[in-house]
Amino acid sequence: MEDALVRAGRALRLVLLIALAVLFLIPFYLLVRNGLSSEAEITAPGWTLFPRRPHFSNVRELFTDPDVPMAHALLNSSLIAVATTAGTLLLASLAGYGLARIPYRHANAVFYAVVGTLMVPAAVTFVPSFVLVSSLGWVSTLRGLIVPTLFSAFACFVFRQYFLGFPRELEDAAQVDGLGYWRTYWRVVVPNSRPVFAAVGTIVFIGAWNSFLWPLVIGQGRSSWTVQVALSTFTTAQTVNLHELFVAAAVSIVPLLLVFVLLQRYIVAGVERSGIDD
Amino acid sequence: MGAARPSGAGTRRTRQRNHTLWFWTFVGPFVAGLTLFTYVPLAWSVYLSFFDAHNTVSPTEFTGLGNYTAMLGDGAFRSSLVTFAVFTAFIVPTTYVLALGLALAVNRLRAGRAFFRSVFFLPAACSYVVAAMIWKLSVFNGVRFGLANTVLGWFGAEPVAWLSATDPPWYWLVIVTVRLWLQTGFYMLLFLAGLQRVPVRLYEAAALDGARPGWQTFRHITFPALRATSVAVVLLLVVNAFQAFDEFYNLLSGTRGYPPYARPPLVYLYYTALGQGQDLGLGSAGAVILALVILVVTVVQARWTGLGRTEE
Repeated sequence: MEDALVRAGRALRLVLLIALAVLFLIPFYLLVRNGLSSEAEITAPGWTLFPRRPHFSNVRELFTDPDVPMAHALLNSSLIAVATTAGTLLLASLAGYGLARIPYRHANAVFYAVVGTLMVPAAVTFVPSFVLVSSLGWVSTLRGLIVPTLFSAFACFVFRQYFLGFPRELEDAAQVDGLGYWRTYWRVVVPNSRPVFAAVGTIVFIGAWNSFLWPLVIGQGRSSWTVQVALSTFTTAQTVNLHELFVAAAVSIVPLLLVFVLLQRYIVAGVERSGIDD
Repeated sequence: MGAARPSGAGTRRTRQRNHTLWFWTFVGPFVAGLTLFTYVPLAWSVYLSFFDAHNTVSPTEFTGLGNYTAMLGDGAFRSSLVTFAVFTAFIVPTTYVLALGLALAVNRLRAGRAFFRSVFFLPAACSYVVAAMIWKLSVFNGVRFGLANTVLGWFGAEPVAWLSATDPPWYWLVIVTVRLWLQTGFYMLLFLAGLQRVPVRLYEAAALDGARPGWQTFRHITFPALRATSVAVVLLLVVNAFQAFDEFYNLLSGTRGYPPYARPPLVYLYYTALGQGQDLGLGSAGAVILALVILVVTVVQARWTGLGRTEE
C-alpha cells in the first residue's frame, strides 16, 4: 500500500517534469519552426507543426539582405564578447591574486572598495557611465562598448575567494626556486587554476554576448550594432519580416548553445560561485 | 618567518616596499579601471543631479534640489516605482517556488538528472532580446496566428491583444512569463548546489525520529538547511527585478514609442536621460534616487531575512 503510493508519487513527479520540460522547449521550437518557414506559412491561420519543406534559404536571405547588417553585428558581438572575456579574466584574476596573497597594509580597505561596488546595481550607473564615455568621445565605438565593462567586481571577488584556498605549498615551492610573485603567478598559479578561469570565463562570455542596455546606449551608429541591438531594432520596427527575424534570432543563439553544450560543467560551476553569499 | 632569514630592520622595510609595489602591480590596473568607470561616474552623477544639465555634461546653472523635487513630483516616476513593486510581487515568488520545486524534483530523480537540468537551464542561453521577440511575435502575438491565440481558437475563444490589453492587464502575463522562462533554470542550479550541501546525517536522524519522507522532511530538514541559499536567491531576484529593462523595452516599445503603462524605473530613466530631452541632470537625480531605493530595499531585506546570521 505504502509502496504503491510512493511509486505513484514518483511516476506523477516524472510526468510533471516531462510536461514542464516540453513547455520549456517550446520557445526553441518556435525559433526553429518560424526561422525555417516562409512568411506565408508563419502567418497562416491554421497551425502548421513544421514547414513541409524547410526554407534553409532564409539563412542566405538573411546574410544577403542589404538592409540588415547581420554579418557585421555578429562580428561586433564576437569581438566584444571575446575581448571582454579575455580582459576581464586577466584584470580580475591578477587583482584577485594580489588581494588574496600579497601582504599590504591597506589590502582590506581596497578589497572593501571593490566589493562595495557590487552593492551598486550596474544598471543604475548607466546614465553617469554614458556621460563619462560620451565625454571621452567613445560613443559608437568598440572601445566604448568593451573597455568600461572590463572591471568586474564580481569576477575579482570570485578569484580572490578561490586564491585564498589555493594550496600554499605550491607557491612556497616556487618561491624557494627563487621565483617572485609575478613568475609564481604565471608559472604555478594560473596553470593549476584552469577550472576557475573556465567557470568565470563562460559566465562573462554569456553576459557579454547577451548584454543589451549598454550596447543600446553606446552603439548608436549602425556600424557599432551588436547582434542584440540589431535584433531589437527589427523587433520594435513597424514592418517586421518575421521569417528573417526568427532565423536571425536562431543564428544569434548558436554560439551560446555551443558554449552550453561544450562547457556546461564550467557554467554550472560558475553559476554556483555566483550564488555564494558569504 | 624563517629564523634563518636575515631580519634586520633595513631589509624588512625593503621587503615591505617590495610587497607594496607588487600589490599594486597586480591590483592597480583593476582598481584604476574600477575607479574610472564606476566611482567617477557615480560622483559625477551626484554632481550633475544638482545642476540644470540639458544636453551637456559640464553645466553651469546650479539648481540645488530642483531636479530631485521635480523627479519625486513627477507622477510618471512614481508610477515606475509602482510598476517595479508589482513586477517584483509577481516574479519573485513565482520564480522562487518554481526553481525550488524543479530542484527538489530533479534532485530526487534516479536517471536523467543531467538531461532535465540541461533542459531547464537551456533558456539562459537566450538573451532577453531573443526571448522577448519570441514572446511578442510568436507566443503572445495579438493576431490570430500567435500560438496562444491559436490555442484559444481551438476552444472557440476570441483572440486576445496580449500586449496592448490594459483591461484586464494581460501584458503582465507576457512580461512575467518571459523572465520566468529565462531565469528559473539559473536559480534551480543554485538550489541544486544547496541541496548537495545538506548533510545526509540530518535525513538519517529525521528518519530515526519517525519523520516521513515528503512534506515533513522538507519542512523540518530540507527547507531550513537551504536557508542561506534561499536568502541569496531572493536577494538576487529582487535586485534583478529592479534592473529589468531588456524585456520591457523589447516587448512594449514600438515605432510609436513606449506605451504609458508598464514602465519600470530603468525604462523611465532611459527615456528621460537619453531620450529626446537628454536631461542628464534630471536623469542623474533619478539614478541617485533609485540607487538609494535599492540600497534601502537590500538593507531591509537583509535585516528581515537575517542575512549574515550564523547557520543553525
